[in-house]
Amino acid sequence: MNKVYMISVFAENKPGRLERITKVLTEANINILAFSITSTNGFGVIKFMVNKWKEAFDLLKERGFTVSLNEAIGIEMKDQPGGLYEVVKILSSKGINIESASVYVAETRKRAYLIVEIEDTAKAMDILKGENLKFLNPEEIK
Amino acid sequence: MYWNKELECISEEQLKELQFQRLKNTVKMAYEKVPYYRKKFDEAGITPDDIKKLDDLRKIPFTSKADLREVYPFGMFASPLSEIVEIHMSSGTTGKPVVAGYTLNDIEIWGEVMARCLTMIGTTKNDIVQVAYGYGLFTGGFGVHYGARKIGCMIVPASAGNTRRQIEIMRDFGTTILACTPSYALYMAEVAQEMGIEPTTLKLKAGCFGAEMWTEAMRTEIEKRFGLNAYNIYGLTEIIGPGVAHECVEKKGFHVFEDHFIAEIIDPDTGDPLPEGKRGELVLTTITREGMPMLRFRTRDITSLIEGKCACGRTFNRIERIRGRTDDMIKVRGVMLFPYQIEQAILEVQGVEPHYQIVITRPQHLDEIEVMVEMSKETFSDEVKHIENLKKNLERRIEDIIGIRVKVTLVEPKTLPRSEGKAKRIIDKRSLNE
Repeated sequence: MNKVYMISVFAENKPGRLERITKVLTEANINILAFSITSTNGFGVIKFMVNKWKEAFDLLKERGFTVSLNEAIGIEMKDQPGGLYEVVKILSSKGINIESASVYVAETRKRAYLIVEIEDTAKAMDILKGENLKFLNPEEIK
Repeated sequence: MYWNKELECISEEQLKELQFQRLKNTVKMAYEKVPYYRKKFDEAGITPDDIKKLDDLRKIPFTSKADLREVYPFGMFASPLSEIVEIHMSSGTTGKPVVAGYTLNDIEIWGEVMARCLTMIGTTKNDIVQVAYGYGLFTGGFGVHYGARKIGCMIVPASAGNTRRQIEIMRDFGTTILACTPSYALYMAEVAQEMGIEPTTLKLKAGCFGAEMWTEAMRTEIEKRFGLNAYNIYGLTEIIGPGVAHECVEKKGFHVFEDHFIAEIIDPDTGDPLPEGKRGELVLTTITREGMPMLRFRTRDITSLIEGKCACGRTFNRIERIRGRTDDMIKVRGVMLFPYQIEQAILEVQGVEPHYQIVITRPQHLDEIEVMVEMSKETFSDEVKHIENLKKNLERRIEDIIGIRVKVTLVEPKTLPRSEGKAKRIIDKRSLNE
């Protein structure tokens, strides 16, 4: 199955927190392909999709960050007007609810991926199998 | 099993009479032999003759740890030094140590109460008792030793430390009763595993654990690791050492040996006695000691009294597990508050031993409590809404327990200060001198 992984890190909403996390990734020569921040009063969750997810996850854990690893699906879309619309139209027609999402631009103005986290990844992929969609192959981002 | 059934199951009436007679003698001796007590009695305007019934105990002024330090080293002794046969000392981490002197008779009593403790948890002369409390100025090692000797057990006076050898001894000798601090027991289990010895294969059947505060969760852990029954022992140097109270097989509180020690629970702020079941500071009075009689000693330990006959048959009142120290107590909006209450709430919600800190402020005229809780791997969710729920649950549970609304702030792991031993749980930022 073409699953990808998102790394989530708990962070207090204070200056310097993102810097600390990205420094760890930088030093390990890990490339960030997509990321998002959700914050609310006092704290937030920072999510990354990286090329070496296992390594990044272990490293952040070892450095004492509160971190979790979550399955996600990368769905190819055209990096042009209407690209996102075409993809989410299919998801909504199948009743698939997006818990969280970010974007990985593989080739600017040509090809991008919508990275979505869904409650039941396996089930969602099963439903989407018959659709005219291309999934991001984890090998491709290594 | 009883060591001294006649006394351990004494009727309430007989006990009160015995306590009164012994109290009267102790007060008289203290007043006559210890200038410090005489001065305190004079200041309070009372004499030993004012002790006309047991309840008159409440007329006697409290004795504090500070009082004992003031008379260092021997100022509290009621017997001449020629009659003192043994000395023990508290660690004195916060000032001068406290010295306790024992006459031969005091040592007899110590052995008696310790024999009761050990028998209570099933120890007989057929048992092998490994004493892994320190021997020395600390009371732990000798106290258990005297009790086990009275019973006639085979004693292994291993003292604390040299853990690998302790475990080899347990395996080779077939130790059945272990006496040590609960944290050392857990450490021994770890070391045993490292040595390739599965702790449950040892012959241990029961353990007598104390000398530090511990939780039910730790008990469960120790019992599981060793396959034994873990019991609480309570005592303190100022009173006699270990053997003031001990938990019976019911595991529902520790029986205080009331024919030797009288226990009261007071409000630590006002000094007023508290009724059964109410938590407050434990105050102890010795009624048989000769070397160093102790009148209404404020232990600073927080517990409550459980009255009435126990299912084990003993009639001595019990105290519940020690809940904290008055040093940790804090008053917020007039309510007594202890870190353990907040810890309990976090433990219930998070399911893991929490790292937390309590910050008290007074922004306007009302105290505010902020509880900083470190996020744990176990409770982390990548979804903000789940984390918000966690925060709300924590706030709700804490409010349920302490009755005051608090603000919970989730912080990153390892950001709160750690300390060896006593953690600094409370930061009080109120300025109360306006």
